[in-house]
Amino acid sequence: MTNHWIDIKNSDCILIMGSNAAENHPISFKYVTEAQLQGAKLISVDPRFTRTSSKADIYAPIRSGTDIAFLGGMIKYILDNDLYHKEYVAHYTNASFLVNPDFKFEDGLFSGYDAEKRSYDKTTWQFQKDDKGVPKRDLSLEDPQCVFRLLKKHYGRYSPDKVSEITGTPADSLAKIYEAYAATGAPEKAGTIMYAMGWTQHTVGGQNIRTMAMIQLLLGNMGVAGGGVNALRGESNVQGSTDHCLLWHIWPGYLKIPRASDDSLEAYNRRCTPSTNDPLSANWWGNYPKYSVSLLKSFFGEKGTLENDFGYSWMPRVDDGEPYSWLDIFDAMYDGKLKGLFAWGMNPACSGANAGKSRQAMGKLDWMVNVNLFDNETGSFWQGPDMDPSEIKTEVFMLPACVSVEKEGSITNSGRWMQWRYQGPRPLGDSRPDGDIIVDLGERIKRAYEKGGVFPEPVVNLKWDYATNGKYDPHQVAKEINGYFLEDVTIKDQVYKKGTLVPSFAFLQADGSTSSGNWLYCNSYTEKGNMAARRGGEDAPNNIGLYPEFAWCWPVNRRIIYNRASVDLAGRPWNPDRWVVRFEGEVEDGKHAKGKWTGDVPDGGWPPMRNPDGTARDDSKYPFIMIAHGHGQIYGPGRADGPFPEHYEPLECPVEKNLMNAQRMNPTAPVFKTAADAFATCDPRFPFVCTTYRVSEHWQTGLMTRPQPWLMELQPQVFVEMSEELAELKGIGNGDRVQVASARGSLECTAIVTKRLKPLQVAGTLIHEVGIPYNYGWRWPRNGKEDSANLLTPAAGDPNTRIPETKAFMVNVTKIRKEGGAA
Amino acid sequence: MRLTRRSFLKVSGAATAGLVLGGLDVDLAPVKAHAQMLRTRYAKETTTICCYCAVGCGAIVHTSLKGDGRVINVEGDPDHVINRGALCSKGAALSQLSENENRLTRPMYRAPYSEEWTAVSWDWALDEIAKRVQTTRDATFTEKNAKGQVVNRTTAIASLGSSAMDNEECWIYQALMRSIGLVYIEHQARI
Repeated sequence: MTNHWIDIKNSDCILIMGSNAAENHPISFKYVTEAQLQGAKLISVDPRFTRTSSKADIYAPIRSGTDIAFLGGMIKYILDNDLYHKEYVAHYTNASFLVNPDFKFEDGLFSGYDAEKRSYDKTTWQFQKDDKGVPKRDLSLEDPQCVFRLLKKHYGRYSPDKVSEITGTPADSLAKIYEAYAATGAPEKAGTIMYAMGWTQHTVGGQNIRTMAMIQLLLGNMGVAGGGVNALRGESNVQGSTDHCLLWHIWPGYLKIPRASDDSLEAYNRRCTPSTNDPLSANWWGNYPKYSVSLLKSFFGEKGTLENDFGYSWMPRVDDGEPYSWLDIFDAMYDGKLKGLFAWGMNPACSGANAGKSRQAMGKLDWMVNVNLFDNETGSFWQGPDMDPSEIKTEVFMLPACVSVEKEGSITNSGRWMQWRYQGPRPLGDSRPDGDIIVDLGERIKRAYEKGGVFPEPVVNLKWDYATNGKYDPHQVAKEINGYFLEDVTIKDQVYKKGTLVPSFAFLQADGSTSSGNWLYCNSYTEKGNMAARRGGEDAPNNIGLYPEFAWCWPVNRRIIYNRASVDLAGRPWNPDRWVVRFEGEVEDGKHAKGKWTGDVPDGGWPPMRNPDGTARDDSKYPFIMIAHGHGQIYGPGRADGPFPEHYEPLECPVEKNLMNAQRMNPTAPVFKTAADAFATCDPRFPFVCTTYRVSEHWQTGLMTRPQPWLMELQPQVFVEMSEELAELKGIGNGDRVQVASARGSLECTAIVTKRLKPLQVAGTLIHEVGIPYNYGWRWPRNGKEDSANLLTPAAGDPNTRIPETKAFMVNVTKIRKEGGAA
Repeated sequence: MRLTRRSFLKVSGAATAGLVLGGLDVDLAPVKAHAQMLRTRYAKETTTICCYCAVGCGAIVHTSLKGDGRVINVEGDPDHVINRGALCSKGAALSQLSENENRLTRPMYRAPYSEEWTAVSWDWALDEIAKRVQTTRDATFTEKNAKGQVVNRTTAIASLGSSAMDNEECWIYQALMRSIGLVYIEHQARI
């Protein structure tokens, strides 16, 4: 989230699309309701009429996988009706930037497409630059090559009729929603989006979110209270685990994974450090080497020196241009290329797309380590449905982790708040905190390599002093993540003593004199103490629910990111009643003489772009400090599938043709080709759209809820929801047992015949959609009937994120006759 | 002055210690007496953050100071600024997560082609895992790729997980996996 949970109450219009907050993030609805009581409008767009929809002022159905068409139509509406925030768009976004004249979009393809590689050469997508190397701009937004004009042209094609024909959303609902949301383009109004996996899990997932980010920039909704782009993350610490980068492509703090071609630390830092020739751009990532060197110092301590590139060469590198993601791991495992797997605190036998392929793949491993609270479908895959243990060689070590209330440490919520938890009871039985298991295993592996082995340096030299009195100590790690001065360092005439904690990332150095396990968390555990453990209940002076002394949030306790975009060029809040930051101080001769920002921690302390008399200041910076050019990116030349999002159909869809362009599906989406990767689009055997979701009473694959009696009593079994029309068509009654099948697998469910789903008119045809919660699996309850909806989903993904397309695919539904066999 | 339930308890506790309550324009006497009667005596109170979704709701855990030392109650934390004491169905069932007969309580091992689990010791399990890691890594370690570039990695071991771990655990976990040479490092955020 660029904003945070409490901030939702400050919104004038809340769009919930690609998520179902009322059921999956129930407490967030406290703030949705509070906003509504103050007059905000709530819009729910969902294939199914959910509990979120039931509270909405406007509800509209949509066919799964067509969100870009829906939102593209909104962009057209905003531009056609001149509802965008003019000053914001001209000065804070790249709408004014001029694009290379060779940039083209034809037949659903942007210029530079290579059909064989299924990827783009992005040369023609780049900006025109002046003789200083700064992008050329036209602040009047008139130049035909400026982003704003290209945007108008691109989305001019998304007419309400066409959008309605693609999405199945009635045209009058589209009009109502566009009008309500676009009203937040007024400078003092704020609109927000709450989305989740309903947007990410598509072959166009990244661009779903980008389309909304573009709308937020057009309406001036980024950086303001009640605005932002807000991902409702689904796991208690998925924000923290992402920040610490348990992901193949990034190192802690979103630093990049070294590539094979980065043959030295200098080469690595050079590739990863963006530059700008514009003196008004902060280009914060220009500090990259300070963060990468401080991270290496946390990895290797004194063993990392200037002479050995701080241990850079000990770290593994990936091949340039090759992916190593979840889908690629299971593809390689299915091909027998992996020997060992750690499944640590997760349940991949149910959680990933095409779970049948994942389960088959696990049988090709030599060994697996499964760490969890409960036995699960992953650790016990060898005794699951259709498995013969006597033919499965995989050794499995199943280690009992303890529950969160039995240990101490921090987690980071979706609003980036790092919060400390304390130990209540001791771990049950012989279970242990994950941290204990990791430290112990690490010590054993290190001891083994001290005796010898292949390339032992990284293992032996890894700094591993995270135990106190023989036990894992979360405070030691939290301090290492924050970082230390490793020698006396003088900054602005002040000496920071060796061994003290670094106050914030502005103090980190690239010469090895500081450590920091994650620069984004530098400031979280300082000489002032453990910031995440704070409990201050007072609000900030702007009284918008920031609670700056409750817990701590990254970066540097800034509660709303990009908050310098919440003010006009002279530093005055767009909305004085719900201001986030404002510049206060003395004015002399119409100029800011002295002054500072108050309210939230500002995105940099520079004075505003202009003086009160309207003259420009050369000591200011553009508000979007993390982007090299300093401007919000309405045009995104870095995306794999195009600088403007375009509607493409899902891998499996019910229409023969994409009504928007000549490409049926995303031409850059990764698709896999093993025997387990069957697909069927526009196939009469699988005529119905299917999507997946969760229920309030279960969590993710259900592993931490299915073994619980209360929650199982509330939601005991897997079901499929379908419309009354479809039920009639298929002769299915409410409560009947049915089989749901896709090209990859099938699943027995109980039918729920409901008014919550309705058939949609799509491209002149009546399209039916069904939905299944993915919270179930065969291990709990063990009755031979329950299993995972991910047996049905396809392992194809988004080209930017490689997140699988588990939210839109094709199935058939048939009644199971009592005599046995499907009807 | 606005009083939450817990800050009220603190204030009333301070009052019994002989401090003068100034500026409170309500008569606390009867409520105070009632609150004192309800004071928790047989349990330790610790605060936690719910382990399910990422709203980050606060809860209070009561751990028995007698008997088996287990959790006897978990309830929403009224002083937590996000949830103000409220919890959803999962948060309200938190005590059934820790006090659950289905939990794993000792390391288990499944041998190749076996049809059953065997209980093993931590020492044995972790030593055996360390051996598997070393054997697999050393047999598959790639110092240079097909182009002759230094890569220092193994693609024969993968790690999946976990957003269910604390920040500090995530950090040391990725450090350990990367030091071994893993590049196949993924978790819930990818799916």
